[in-house]
Amino acid sequence: MKGGEALELLAGELEQIQAETAEILQQHGTGRQELIPIIQEIQERLGYLPKPAMEQVARALDIPEVDVYSVATFYNQFRLNPPGKHQIKVCMGTACHMMGGHIVMDSFERRLEIKEGETTPDREFSLERVACVGCCALAPVVVVDEKVEAKVSPIRVDGILLTFEIEKKEQEKEQQEGGAEE
Amino acid sequence: MSKVNITIDGQQYQVPAGEKLLWAALDCGVYIPHLCANKDKERPDASCRLCFVEIEGFDAPVTSCTQEVFEGMVVKTRTARVDRLVQTAFELLLSNHKLRCGKCPQNRQCELQKISRERKLKLKLTRLRPLLTEEKAVDDSTDVFIYDPNRCVLCGQCIWVDHKVVEVGAIGFINRGFKRKMGTFGDVPLAESRCTQCGECVKVCPVGALVFKEKTE
Repeated sequence: MKGGEALELLAGELEQIQAETAEILQQHGTGRQELIPIIQEIQERLGYLPKPAMEQVARALDIPEVDVYSVATFYNQFRLNPPGKHQIKVCMGTACHMMGGHIVMDSFERRLEIKEGETTPDREFSLERVACVGCCALAPVVVVDEKVEAKVSPIRVDGILLTFEIEKKEQEKEQQEGGAEE
Repeated sequence: MSKVNITIDGQQYQVPAGEKLLWAALDCGVYIPHLCANKDKERPDASCRLCFVEIEGFDAPVTSCTQEVFEGMVVKTRTARVDRLVQTAFELLLSNHKLRCGKCPQNRQCELQKISRERKLKLKLTRLRPLLTEEKAVDDSTDVFIYDPNRCVLCGQCIWVDHKVVEVGAIGFINRGFKRKMGTFGDVPLAESRCTQCGECVKVCPVGALVFKEKTE
């Protein structure tokens, strides 16, 4: 959860973040107790807590930005990076941990060149750790988007990512062909 | 100001009414280990768990930084239960502390060393194993001081000074659990934050986590 190397914002994204945050702030008071409800709402609307939004909240509540960041990094509920197109959740529950969940996490981190809690610069993938998804017999488990992957090994990690790569290439091909026909 | 009579370890003292026991005891010359306590804080953090004492009539040991003195209070600073609690808290602090005191710029001026001396607690782990995680990166970006999270005891003194005394608001606690440390907004190096490098936080650091650069050379 390094906010230091946060992703670049897309064009128009900053304006959207500021507008949404301002709207949420209007519905709340400026007491410190409003902090968590405010950032919860921001995450609900934007999918994550962007840095500019946290700064805006800090100004509105008249507290140092670091205090907002402190709360946001304390609770697992908050994410500081935008969700990727494909969300990868690696289970770190007891069973998955024993069966090598951290090895699976390592493989994803290495393959995607991001750390847990981050999103790839092209926003294709985001990587998260979760605690038990309720199918311990299948450990170690990874949930990719909504699909449960059972008994995942580092080789399967490559397989999962390869599937998405092929899928993406085919889509691009189709688009190009579609464009050529027109 | 009205005074109350209390007894600490068999000695009678007169202390100001309404004061917290920790400060009353320290003023009387009775040492009680403490790291997170701050006299100016409205509500004590009571997070270092080092200032335990036993009070007659109380079921369990209490943290002296949260306990107000009262007339006829009878306090014992050293009992088997207190020693056990303090020893455990102290060892937990050491379990993720970079312990090479000889190489630490704060050697001989460190609160942990003082506690170890006063309470005859070893400055090494006996019951616990050291926490096997990677060392956290040292922040030496400022011109004036360095921050070594591996020597930090998370007492919060620097953050309080930053927020309440110099009112800069550059630093706070970030992350959770083993990853918890003092940091800036976005976890950027101090020099890139709104830190003014006034060095006030360094002066209140009880250990070798925040140290002036001139001392490290």
